[in-house]
Amino acid sequence: MLDSRIPDGPLEDKWQKYKAHAQLINPANRRNYKIIVVGTGLAGASSAASLAELGFQVEVFTFHDSARRAHSVAAQGGVNAAKDYKNDGDSVWRMFYDTLKGGDFRAREANVYRLAECSMALIDQAVAQGVPFAREYSGYLSNRSFGGVQVSRTFYARGQTGQQLLLGAYQALMRQNAGSNLTLHTRHEMLDVITLNGEAKGVTIRNLDTGELTSHHCDALLLATGGYGKIYYLSTLAMNCNATAIWRAHRKGAFMAAPSWTQFHPTSLPQLGDYQSKLTLMSESLRNDGRIWVPKLVNEKRAPKDIPEAERDYYLERRYPSFGNLAPRDISSRAAKERIDAGHGVGPMKNAVYLDFKDALNRDGQPAIAQRYGNLFDMYQKITGMNAYKEPMMIAPAAHFSMGGLWVDYRLMSNLPGLFVLGEANFSDHGANRLGANSLLQSCVDGYFIAPSTVMDYLAEVGSAKSKKDATWEAAAALSKAEVSKRLEHLLKIKGNTTAEEFHKELGQILYVKCGLSRNQTDMEAAREALLALQKRFQKELLIPGNASEINFELEKAVRVEDYLEMAILIVEDALQRKESCGAHFRQEYQTEDGEALRNDEDFKYVSAWEYKGDNQYALHKEHLNFEFVELKSRSYK
Amino acid sequence: MKLELHIWRQAGPNIKGYFEGHTLDDLDEHMSVPEMLDHLNTKIIKSGGNPVAFESDCREGICGQCGFVINGDVHSPNKGTTTCQTHLRSFQDGQTLYLEPFRAGAFPIKKDLVIDRSAFDRIIQAGGYIGVNTGQAAEANTLLINHELAEKAFDAAACIGCGACVATCKNASAMLFTSAKVNHLSMLPQGKPEASNRVKNMVAQMDMEGFGSCSATGACEVVCPQGITMTNIAEMNSRWLWQNLK
Ligand SMILES: Cc1cc2nc3c(=O)[nH]c(=O)nc-3n(C[C@H](O)[C@H](O)[C@H](O)COP(=O)(O)OP(=O)(O)OC[C@H]3O[C@@H](n4cnc5c(N)ncnc54)[C@H](O)[C@@H]3O)c2cc1C
Ligand code: FES
Repeated sequence: MLDSRIPDGPLEDKWQKYKAHAQLINPANRRNYKIIVVGTGLAGASSAASLAELGFQVEVFTFHDSARRAHSVAAQGGVNAAKDYKNDGDSVWRMFYDTLKGGDFRAREANVYRLAECSMALIDQAVAQGVPFAREYSGYLSNRSFGGVQVSRTFYARGQTGQQLLLGAYQALMRQNAGSNLTLHTRHEMLDVITLNGEAKGVTIRNLDTGELTSHHCDALLLATGGYGKIYYLSTLAMNCNATAIWRAHRKGAFMAAPSWTQFHPTSLPQLGDYQSKLTLMSESLRNDGRIWVPKLVNEKRAPKDIPEAERDYYLERRYPSFGNLAPRDISSRAAKERIDAGHGVGPMKNAVYLDFKDALNRDGQPAIAQRYGNLFDMYQKITGMNAYKEPMMIAPAAHFSMGGLWVDYRLMSNLPGLFVLGEANFSDHGANRLGANSLLQSCVDGYFIAPSTVMDYLAEVGSAKSKKDATWEAAAALSKAEVSKRLEHLLKIKGNTTAEEFHKELGQILYVKCGLSRNQTDMEAAREALLALQKRFQKELLIPGNASEINFELEKAVRVEDYLEMAILIVEDALQRKESCGAHFRQEYQTEDGEALRNDEDFKYVSAWEYKGDNQYALHKEHLNFEFVELKSRSYK
Repeated sequence: MKLELHIWRQAGPNIKGYFEGHTLDDLDEHMSVPEMLDHLNTKIIKSGGNPVAFESDCREGICGQCGFVINGDVHSPNKGTTTCQTHLRSFQDGQTLYLEPFRAGAFPIKKDLVIDRSAFDRIIQAGGYIGVNTGQAAEANTLLINHELAEKAFDAAACIGCGACVATCKNASAMLFTSAKVNHLSMLPQGKPEASNRVKNMVAQMDMEGFGSCSATGACEVVCPQGITMTNIAEMNSRWLWQNLK
């Protein structure tokens, strides 16, 4: 049975109560405990630095050449906090409710409440670190609004909020690296979890510069390895984002929760050609001032400026009058796909919609718009060669954020004792759809505030039986290392004629078409067959040049693609079993007459948690969600 | 679209490098430079060769992972643009391109176009932070920072750590990088208490890493993808002088 270990009592008191009762370790004893953190994004860097500040021995690994390059760096729009600086009716409760509702009531109340509750302290922490958030002329912090809510609770640093938050966490990490409690290893990739009696007790790591494999022992292991949206190949993620760390932990017994819940971001730049390797996001903050439309005419040939108002369909304003262009992401993306599929798409591949600033420019003038979005307009021009002050932007939905991830309890610990999962790598707070600007927050809250308390609690609990680096551990470590080594040699030996990248593209295409923004049984069954066939071909036709004892980017990719291929099958499995529509998971069979998602609380008010059974076989466990404090409502943004 | 490529190949740090020629005639003008290299590498791998090692991650100009020299231009022929944001439409059909790694003594070449920029991390580690532990922070709005100062701090903080400033400098100086971080933190009230040690320690580390000195030619600000300006260097120099006078 999955025990989510939610403290009892009133919602507002749970976290305080947990903290009050969490066990502590004497400061002088903390250095006897070794904690490994994998990942240096917001979740990894913040948890590693905070735990080292407390006095634990921390070892940190990242495959990047510098901790500062983790993909948190790319987040543009902002970070939410219920400070209510705007006096517009915000509160912890409202933020909790917005997040829970935005996630279509598929997240735990207690976790979501804690996220909202800790949001304020994160802003304080970031400001203290020197994060240059936007300020009013008076010197006070500035806010803006984001999709899915009606208050302004988003803090931002121009269009580079993720970068600035990450630099704050990175600097805190480097400060600890200079001290004696923390050691950072860059260009080191985790390829396996070492388990002992079903507990996580270490990792097998590959040095990406030399190929050397090493074993590392720990008392607690924290995975903060980010999202896996790149499984779709074309996505807003970085080229190297991958699921290998969480997938390998899954194979060692950690349950994978709701892997099919991937968010498609509504305001990405559209694909222009087959050579394309990624889709660049335009911050959704643009939807504050931009209006989204498509031509009413199918196969419209005129330039946007020549299409009169009456012949434009502002479909979000039409379908969702009260939220309009700020409707949540899943709804906006699906509405765009619906118009594109109906033949109203624009651009060379007819795969985009317009995001038009004409009215805002007329109302506020170009300088005001430039101040708000200048760098985004510049970026748009750099990538597309087009000037968005003169003509509307073209945007399209793109794979973006993984709501799914390793299952964790209230303490952020997976079902494998000793394995904690933080940030986008876990499934915990966003339900079936994440609200904009909530995930920078979640990564930071997990790392700065939750893990330091819960990891210490866990270590104190296992305290006297503290794991030893003895002969049994050595044997487990040697076995793990041998398995990794065998795996790499095997991949290198296939010597077929297809690159890892080519397989990845094929995989992405299958998922986009058959298990993407909308899904149905027939397509997904076909997807499963196609994926199984692709997996077989991979094992026969993969071609990797070079060897395992040098810098070999192709080998790195192949390992990740092999894991993605396995995970894709579970994604389809997960989407197949959920015979309802909720959040980002839209099953075409389950919709209302006017095309809205039809949730089924009676049968599906649970989070799926999959157990690995080997050879593409999985067992489904269910964590039933109890809603004690809110009434389930059908989500309406009309 | 067709391009003649001459790409720097170097098997390891202490091995002699050379230019290797490749002709590609099936390119699309909307491809980015890394996408062109992906395309080239697929061809090389399929014909049994050894692909060109190069790094990139975000491919949207923010992570600072990419960057090489193209026909003598650091990052790109386009001003203030990262390599990953440079599209082939910036070149002429049939043009010859020389691709080399960023070159600086403090950035050793690891393989082909891949360099080691860990010196930057060590400069940050020497003092590029505000020493606040988790939990110590005061309520955010108790600290007022006027709009102009917040914007100015952001301008300096925007650095992506790509190393273009060093690569373009004839002395391989890291003054733009170091000064941007020194100023970002030290101009804010939160960063003032540590300001004098910060500038002293970061500059000392920078010198220890073997970066050259600044002769104020301003080449660095021209290539900076975030438009970080030379005024940062002057500002850091005066901070450094002040702390030495104390
Ligand atoms: C383009 C874009 C824009 C976004 N904008 C926003 C926004 O405006 N607001 C918001 O709230 N959220 C936004 N998000 C989401 C948010 O940025 C992420 O969810 C969050 O930053 C994830 O942080 P993380 O620490 O979990 O992971 P990451 O920052 O991705 O870090 C992962 C780390 O793990 C390491 N790693 C992974 N696997 C291994 C391995 N096997 N071995 C060693 N190291 C490994 C990597 O090197 C890296 O250091 C955006 C996301 C994207 C892609
Ligand atoms: S790849 Fe990230 S800046 Fe170029």
